[in-house]
Order: sequence, then C-alpha cells, then structure tokens
Amino acid sequence: MTETRTAITINGIVKEFSAGSQMIRVLHGIDAEVRSGELTYLVGESGSGKTTMISIIAGILYPTDGSVSVFGQDIYSLSDNDLVRFRLSNIGFIFQQYNLIPTLTAAENASVPLVAAGMKRDEAVERGRDMLDKLNIADQADKLPRQLSGGQQQRVAIARALVHEPRLVVCDEPTAALDAKSGRRVMDLLREVALAPERTVIIVTHDNRIFDLADRILVMEDGRITHDGKEMPEH
Amino acid sequence: MTWIAIRMLTGDRQKFFGLLFGVAFSALLISQQLTIFVNLIERGATAVYNIPTANIWVMDPVSRTPDVALPMPSTALDKVRSVNGVEWASPMLRSGATVRTPEGDLEGVTVVGVDDATLIGLPKKFVNGSREALYEPDAVIIDSVGAAKLFPEGFDPIGVRLELNDRRAVIRGIVDVDPSFTSQVILYTRYSNALAFVPGTRNRMSFVLANASEGLTAKQVATRITEATGLKARTRDEFARDGVDFIIENTGIPVNFGITVALGFIVGVAIVGLTFSLFIRDNIKQFGALKAIGVTNNKIRMMVAAQALLVGLVGYGIGILLAAIFISSGASSSPDFKGFYTPWEIPLLTAAVVIAMILITGWLALRSVLKTEPAEVFR
Ligand SMILES: Nc1ncnc2c1ncn2[C@@H]1O[C@H](COP(=O)(O)OP(=O)(O)O)[C@@H](O)[C@H]1O
Ligand SMILES: [Mg+2]
Repeated sequence: MTETRTAITINGIVKEFSAGSQMIRVLHGIDAEVRSGELTYLVGESGSGKTTMISIIAGILYPTDGSVSVFGQDIYSLSDNDLVRFRLSNIGFIFQQYNLIPTLTAAENASVPLVAAGMKRDEAVERGRDMLDKLNIADQADKLPRQLSGGQQQRVAIARALVHEPRLVVCDEPTAALDAKSGRRVMDLLREVALAPERTVIIVTHDNRIFDLADRILVMEDGRITHDGKEMPEH
Repeated sequence: MTWIAIRMLTGDRQKFFGLLFGVAFSALLISQQLTIFVNLIERGATAVYNIPTANIWVMDPVSRTPDVALPMPSTALDKVRSVNGVEWASPMLRSGATVRTPEGDLEGVTVVGVDDATLIGLPKKFVNGSREALYEPDAVIIDSVGAAKLFPEGFDPIGVRLELNDRRAVIRGIVDVDPSFTSQVILYTRYSNALAFVPGTRNRMSFVLANASEGLTAKQVATRITEATGLKARTRDEFARDGVDFIIENTGIPVNFGITVALGFIVGVAIVGLTFSLFIRDNIKQFGALKAIGVTNNKIRMMVAAQALLVGLVGYGIGILLAAIFISSGASSSPDFKGFYTPWEIPLLTAAVVIAMILITGWLALRSVLKTEPAEVFR
C-alpha cells in the first residue's frame, strides 16, 4: 500500500440545471475528499449525477454553489483563463468517446497537451511516442485513429491523458463499451500506468464487474454520496 | 497549436478542397469579370489613345465621343489654327459606312479621314504596308482586328478591293491598334478620299486635332480655343475619359458586371460558409476536448484563424492565377481580348473581397466553437 494524502476537497457542491422555466437540482450539497496515490471509483445508477460531479471536480463545469480545492487550489475562484491553464498543467482527461483528432497520427494525438502547453512539435510528438510505448502500442504510433481498433484508440486517449504527467486523471465510463475481459484489462492498465504516489485517479463507472480493482469507492444516489469505503456496501 | 489546426483541416481532403474551390471560384470570377469590365469600358478611349500625336480634340459643342460627333463646317480648321498657342491643327473625319467584301458580305465600318498632307491621325504601328501607301488611288488602311473579322484566317487582305458605300476602295496596309468598344472595322484613308467615300451635307469635319505650342499645357490651349471659337475643346485625357463615361452611362455593362461580381461573392460565401461550418461540426467534439484539456479561447481563435487564413491565401492564389492565365491567353489569341491587361487594383480588390469572405465565414465557424462547453465532451 502506498502512502496517501488528501488531494481534493469537495465542499457543499450544489449543481442545478435549468429545464425550461424551472431549475432542476442534480447535486444536493456534496462533501468529499479524494486522496492521491489511490484509484477512486465514482459509481452509481445512470442519472445519479456522476458525470456532473466529475466534470465539476475536473474544472470544466461551474457548480451552482460550493467549492472544489484541487491540490490546495480553490479552482472556481480562478479566472476563466487561469482555470484553463490549471487544467492544462494538472489534469488529464480520458473521454468516453476518446475524441481523438482524426487527421493526426496516434503519436501526434498523444502529444496534444504538450503542444497546447507550448512545447516544440518534434519534442512533443517524441514524448507522445514514448507514452504509447509504455501503453504497448508503439507500433501503432504513426497510424491515424481510424486505422486503429477501439481498444487501441482508447490507449491513445489514455496516453494523451498521461503524457504531461498530470496530478489528477479523470475518466468517465472507460469500460462502458467493452466486454468483461477487455474492461478488466483496461482497469488493470490504468492501475499500472496511471496510478502513482503523487497522482489522483478518479474513474466514473457503473460497471460492477470491476469494483474489486478500486482502492476507494464513492457511491452516488440521486445527487448525494451515500457510501464511502474500500468495498461496495452490502445489500 | 497552429500545425494541429492546419492538419485538422488539410487532413480532411474533401472539405479542404471544397473550401479552396469556393474561394478560388470567387476570386477567379470576380477578378476575371472586373478585368473584362475595366478593359471593355476602356475601349471607349482607344480611338483617342490610338492617335498619340494630338493632345487636343476640337469639336462641335454637342459632340460627346469619337463616335458620337456632329460634323462642323470646314472653316473650323482655320479658326482653330488662328488661335494663339496652337502649334498645328489638322482635320479629321469619322463616319459610319458599309462595305461589301469580294465574297459579298456586308459589314459596318468606321471610315477615318486623316489630313492629306501630314497624315496626322493615322496610327504609327503597321503590321503590313506603310504610310506612303495611303497616297495610292482609292487606298484605305485597315486595322488588324477588323482585318481578322472581315477575312478568313491566314488570308492576306493587301490589294483586296472593297465596295465602300458603292465606291471602290483598295486595302493597302494593316495597322495594329486596339479595337474600339464596338469592335467595328476601321478604314483609314486620306481626308479628300473620305469626303468621297462618305456622302453627306456641307458639314463633314468631325474633329480638328491640335497640339499646344511649347510652354503651354493642352488644358490652357483648349480653354483658349473654346474662348476664341465657341467650339468644344478637350485634352486627350479628358476626351478619352468622355468615351469611357459614355459607355458607363449608356450601357447596361456596369450593372451586368456588378451583378456577376456580387453573385461570385455570394456563391463563394455560401460554399465556403457551408463547408467551413460542416468542418467545424465534424470536429466540434475535438474542439471541445481541446478546450477541456486546456486550450484557451484565444488559442482556439488562432487555430480557426489559421485555418481560414490558409484557405483564403491558397484559394486566392489559385483564383488569381487562373484569372491571369485566362486573361493573358485570351489577349494573345482572341481579337476580342486584344490589348487586355490586368490593372493592379483588381488583384487588390479581389483580395479585399476574399478577406471579407474569410472574415464572415471564419467568424460564423468560430462562434460555434467558442460556444461549445468543455463539459459537453463528457456527455
Ligand atoms: N446540461 C444539462 N442540462 C440539464 N440537465 C442535465 C444536464 N446534464 C445533466 N443533466 C441531468 O442531471 C442528471 C445527472 O446526470 P449525469 O451527471 O450525466 O448522471 P450520470 O453520469 O450518473 O448518468 C440527469 O438527470 C441529467 O438529465
Ligand atoms: Mg454519465
């Protein structure tokens, strides 16, 4: 077991969406802490608010109320541009649909966060290539996304999320489209390459086949956290 | 990030070529139509500029252009000659007539009668024959475009007899001049011959061509001529401008070309706008992902600007190049385009239109990218 410490503090998070004339409250004042060096699962039924929650934690969705502190930084007190820069240097995203750029090679796609941070093209792509190597798809580095299988594309997306060594990695439903065996393999892979003592990894899933791979499980129900523990609650 | 923006666009062959096509099409249509327009209306000035020796044209006060002129009594010549500051003055007759070729074809022509003694008014550049040939009996000299129009290709018209208003005329030479707006065949002849070719009343002299004495400007002398004789006197540049203005005011040309140019712009904006927004829509998730990862709106703006700039530059280059090829190959091969050139203002104006097009479509495209919430990528 690696040493862990609090990396993210979530305080009274409320989120409302407007639906026509009225407001719908999706998150009802959530308090939580997430530690680094751990693989944290955010689980719950569809519609319980997981995606909304992880979006707020990752700094891409403003909460209606409450605050989020990531590595000691109250992220929603930052200016818009500073928040963007904070994400760029601290957060790695793995999107469900990968959202790779179809006309860039795998290595180039993996290099995007470095390029966005201003690194020279050659150096950035080289680092992207190294990252693909760690994910065991170095031989696919010069292919376009459409020449890759779904699993390979996901590895490229993971490489892009890790290439700039962010301290927080967020991942929404990485196994939703996969069969049980592939889903487990992806989770194993994330544990292996993403998890580090100084890094926090939060994975949203409702895939109960892989709950045993988590260090910590937060269960959400109707916009509230109803369980926080190392295992799933007994029913 | 610029290289990523460029690769996003160029990697999508279909849309990239669609965008280039839209811009190039507009640039080609606009610059080509504007060039034809300018050259066409400038043909209203060729009759004046074909005679470089005379810097003053004197005419009846109601005359307007070389081809819209009321003849004056022959005394006008001496009146002009007697004005202080006139170095020399010579008569010119311009009149419409019909010719019948040996094959029996009928064609409208302009007969230009020039001073018997000096031949002032006869163009200098001969394709065939020489000035002296005009002293032979019944001699006329034809312009090269007119010769091409009247005779089959490769045919040598020297020595051909024409029936000019029922009188015999013999072609003795060919001069190289830019055609007039109507491209009518021009037959140059001596003034005394012209009087015989063109039947008419007492007044036959269309113009008096004159030159200012040394030390005086054409404008000064023209003013003196008007004051002394009551005739209208125009400097060469003024009279050339009159010919151009006459076409602008009396034909549908500006409107027609204006409509074509406007259509070129509208069609360009439509093609480029639609293709650009299709491209953006296809890539909106990717743009959203970039925003989530940490690309600021300013950098997004630069990316879209780089894409628009690339399309604008390359498309403009292709369009202008095609227009230049079209104009120059037309000018060298077809008498209709003889003497056509591209004024420097036209590429500039076309560039301005392309910039406007790129700004409009780029702004529309950018708006939807900026509106995309980064949180949408988790949906
Ligand atoms: N942008 C939005 N506008 C309105 N309602 C939303 C929006 N995003 C999410 N919701 C609603 O919030 C609730 C939680 O959604 P979500 O966070 O996606 O849940 P989960 O990821 O657990 O399935 C759902 O009822 C959903 O319809
Ligand atoms: Mg969800």
